[in-house]
Amino acid sequence: MDVTTSLSKEQLTKMYYDMWIIRNFEENLLDLYQKNLAYGGMHVSVGEEAIAVGACANLKREDTIVTSHRGHGHCIAKGADLKGMMAELLARKDGLCKGKGGSQHIVDMSVGVLGAQGIVGAGCGIAVGSALSFKIRGQKNVCVNFFGDGAANTGSFHESLNMAALYSLPVVFICENNGYAVSTSFARSTKIDKISVRAGSYGMPGVTIDGNNIFEVYKTVGEAVERARQGDGPTLIEAVTYRWYGHYVGDPCTYRPPGELERWKEKDPILFLEKYLLANKLCRQEEIDGLKAAAGKAIAEALDYALASPEPEPADLFTDVYFEK
Amino acid sequence: MRQITMAEAINEALREEMRKDPNMFILGEEIGLRGGAFTCTKGLMEEFPGRVLDTPISESAIAGAAYGAALTGTKAVAEFMFSDFSFIAMDQIINSAAKSRYMFGGQATIPVVFRMSSGSGRQQAAQHSQSLEVLYAHIPGLKVIMPSTPYDAKGLLKAAINDYNPVVFLEPRVLYFKKGEVPEQEYTIPIGKGDIKRSGEDVTVVATGVMVERSLAVAEKLGREGISVEVIDPRTIRPLDTELIVASVKKTGRLIVVHEAPRTYGMAGEIIALVMEQAFDYLNAPPQRVAGHDVPIPYNRNLERLAIPLEEDIEAAVRKSLKYAF
Repeated sequence: MDVTTSLSKEQLTKMYYDMWIIRNFEENLLDLYQKNLAYGGMHVSVGEEAIAVGACANLKREDTIVTSHRGHGHCIAKGADLKGMMAELLARKDGLCKGKGGSQHIVDMSVGVLGAQGIVGAGCGIAVGSALSFKIRGQKNVCVNFFGDGAANTGSFHESLNMAALYSLPVVFICENNGYAVSTSFARSTKIDKISVRAGSYGMPGVTIDGNNIFEVYKTVGEAVERARQGDGPTLIEAVTYRWYGHYVGDPCTYRPPGELERWKEKDPILFLEKYLLANKLCRQEEIDGLKAAAGKAIAEALDYALASPEPEPADLFTDVYFEK
Repeated sequence: MRQITMAEAINEALREEMRKDPNMFILGEEIGLRGGAFTCTKGLMEEFPGRVLDTPISESAIAGAAYGAALTGTKAVAEFMFSDFSFIAMDQIINSAAKSRYMFGGQATIPVVFRMSSGSGRQQAAQHSQSLEVLYAHIPGLKVIMPSTPYDAKGLLKAAINDYNPVVFLEPRVLYFKKGEVPEQEYTIPIGKGDIKRSGEDVTVVATGVMVERSLAVAEKLGREGISVEVIDPRTIRPLDTELIVASVKKTGRLIVVHEAPRTYGMAGEIIALVMEQAFDYLNAPPQRVAGHDVPIPYNRNLERLAIPLEEDIEAAVRKSLKYAF
């Protein structure tokens, strides 16, 4: 079945809108970072939006995700509160983590966002735990774990994939191979061409897809999610993509060969969907412009909310270290 | 009262809690079919199918899975056969479990227990004999427990399972098969409450794990000479029952802290600092550390014996304290 025909206009425009939300959110952050309103370790996923949106479009509210240090997009796509997220990035009291987690620890348990992780590879084990919890409780839910190509070389990745396969757990491992682990290129860190081939050694299906093609992402993840829901175990999906802004905000990206970024910008995942919507006459240009404007407005509102939120109090330093009955 | 071993007490604690909570599970190496390297989980796989998971040798994934499940509200107890192996899992124990409530702004409760056998005494040398309680106790967000009796092990493990904070539970390996009184009826012991194992007037000895019974033996011996030693087992390394210790020192004026773990940057240093801050004026002698030597645990039986405090070391410290005059 052609996935493009199985998606309604409503679904497609929502995907388009969500990708713009993510891009606007992160491009605003770049500006806020310049103004020193957001600070610290900040990793944006501009150029990778199709993976977050295409994957999460297959999930229910009760399904969970575990993401990495580059997780804004995944959190947004899973439905994390935008205002709370923006306030968190601005280190405010009304942030999802009360200003104490920041970019690398965004969490919104109410929609199954189990947290971004600052330690590369750690999320794989945590996803196994969430899936184990679903299995023990007899829930037909799925955990999706997003991580990068760097994580695929950690011990946690290997241990977790083996364990997930061994217990037939409902996890979908999505490796966003954006070509670089910090500044070390994929070719300089990994002997094989495709991370997905590792799936076979753990006894699960593995596939490499174009991570900038939202239809391919949606369809592949959808099949993996369904497989997991039916109790048939995990899948490893390698989604090949590219991050436009380097590893961290401010990364001069001197390690990139000339022309590489430009080539990838031509494969902009948002533009890809936009062209599809226009070419197939699913949307008129005015609708496209309207969706873009609406996304910009939503981010502006989130920013207003965040800027109006106070800084944490000094006494907040000591709260939430332990749960107290 | 009936007498059971610490391994049996731990087994009962797990069994009782798993009976109460149909979603609670345990995982670790060798814990299912084999019943645990030290028999702590014997029979549980049969009683709780699907909730006792034999894992591959994957400490990182064991800890990650336990934490991840706990994060979604499912109680989990992970077993590490030797505490030394938990180093591989430390990222998940420390970076994930200990910090997530705080870094998630209070959005998470983490009902997970990381059980691990601890300490020397079985000629298993440097990578199977460490005492790591202070490494974990140094981390805000973790609770750290080290019982010295079957009774304490059972009550504290049950409390740990129901604590909703990540707990590192260190079980002194040489105590697994020693018996002690444990009542038939259910009970828990509050985390953070120390126990006066023997009351005394002249010297306070704070001891943990294996050192509790050694300190008690010394107290018994000196008692026959008319020297009255109070032996306190904090049981919980973090949070520490500072109040109990300080009150005892205010009474005796003398303090000796005994632990198996190496001396430098150890628990004794911390407890003595707390007493100096809170009861300095009550001291009649300098507090002393009686601790493991700053060496990896050796294989040779005699060298291993000498690596950690002996009864005569504790006794000498008590006598030295009593002789001291300002």
